[in-house]
Amino acid sequence: MASDEVKVIGAWASPFVMRPRIALNLKSVPYEFLQETFGAKSELLLKSNPVHKKIPVLIHADKPVCESNIIVEYVDETWSASGPSMLPSTPYDRAIARFWAAYIDEKWFPSLKSILKAEGEEEKKAVLAQVEEGNALLEKAFIDCSKGKPFFNGEHIGYLDIAFGCFLAWLRVTELAGGHKLIDEVKTPSLSKWAERFCNDPAVKPVMPETATLAEFAKKIFAKPPA
Amino acid sequence: MADEVILLNFWPSIFGMRTTIALEEKGVKYEYREEEDVINNKTRLLLEMNPVHKKIPVLIHNGKPVCESIVQVQYIDEIWPEKNPFLPKDPYQRAQALFWADFIEKKVCVCGRRVWTTKGEELEAANKEFLELLKILQSELGDKPYFGGDKFGFVDTVLIGFFCWFPAYEKFGNYSMESECSELMAWGKRCMQRDSVANYLPDPERVIGYVLHLKKLFGLE
Repeated sequence: MASDEVKVIGAWASPFVMRPRIALNLKSVPYEFLQETFGAKSELLLKSNPVHKKIPVLIHADKPVCESNIIVEYVDETWSASGPSMLPSTPYDRAIARFWAAYIDEKWFPSLKSILKAEGEEEKKAVLAQVEEGNALLEKAFIDCSKGKPFFNGEHIGYLDIAFGCFLAWLRVTELAGGHKLIDEVKTPSLSKWAERFCNDPAVKPVMPETATLAEFAKKIFAKPPA
Repeated sequence: MADEVILLNFWPSIFGMRTTIALEEKGVKYEYREEEDVINNKTRLLLEMNPVHKKIPVLIHNGKPVCESIVQVQYIDEIWPEKNPFLPKDPYQRAQALFWADFIEKKVCVCGRRVWTTKGEELEAANKEFLELLKILQSELGDKPYFGGDKFGFVDTVLIGFFCWFPAYEKFGNYSMESECSELMAWGKRCMQRDSVANYLPDPERVIGYVLHLKKLFGLE
């Protein structure tokens, strides 16, 4: 018999896993966090996400939901009465939020990852320029979406804040490693303030890794030969 | 005030077909504008309405652009909810539909592209993977008439553009879709009974001609 219980299969260092965790926290939904071992996939993960075999997976009343942004929408709809809406109220603003979330996953995050993997000054410069271009776009998107309020979603953290904010710890690790600021008061003043608000939010703080801890982990995984 | 809806598109685009069919399913009046030379000479309107990606399709609703085809289909469903709803109301069913749309986008589209941009061993691998992905979709379809169940829905809208591309994949992959994925072919033919699909999916022969032209352009014969 399926109970109403909620589980999240994930790993502490994964920004994608942070997304459903933040969403559940925002809705005050208790859940069991099932940590995967790095480098191995559990039976439960393989059974719950046979198509992609990837984390995060949300299991609600024994039914799995996969893909982090889809999970956030699911949490928002399922526990709609438990907290403010994570998506904007108009279809147009929702389309804008989904557009930027897709951009972040398809363009922005891959270029951020490339900074850590870049070999040589030329390559590093090129990828850095890409990320900075992306940050400038997101700075403007923030101004447009927030309409003067503290978050992309307005008064409260929402879908797009989560979609982007989950990468902030990795962004700080990348800045440390490269000795180059990516989000700061000069280049991206609005995002810089937003980032601080986001990271200090009680729904985010418990699941956002410390930069130093993540940096150590990054050293370990990037030291391995490519899979 | 009447809605002004413009769709910027390029006829062979599987992505553009999603938005076109979505608008047709909803019975929305719109102006279709072809980007005649989308590779070499994008119009000023396209560049202005999609400055981030500079790609079609772009849906312009009362002067405001919506980009990314899957986002557009969801938007169309939300703006015109009464007729032919695409997404289920139940959050779990919605999540499943969004999952399969994402699977088509991230896996099927990406692999499909490799089928006509590679040759030799790479092409063989791409063909193998493409068929595996289609079989996963076929198994998800199961006994249902549509991915949406009894009704043509979100996932059907996202996938159907491939149907007019299947003959091109067959030609360059050297296999028969009918033998490899007969249930998916049956699904495609079922969808072709809808006006929105039959009237707006390009002729597969024309698609083959386009792929040949592209292969020549990129030196991939």
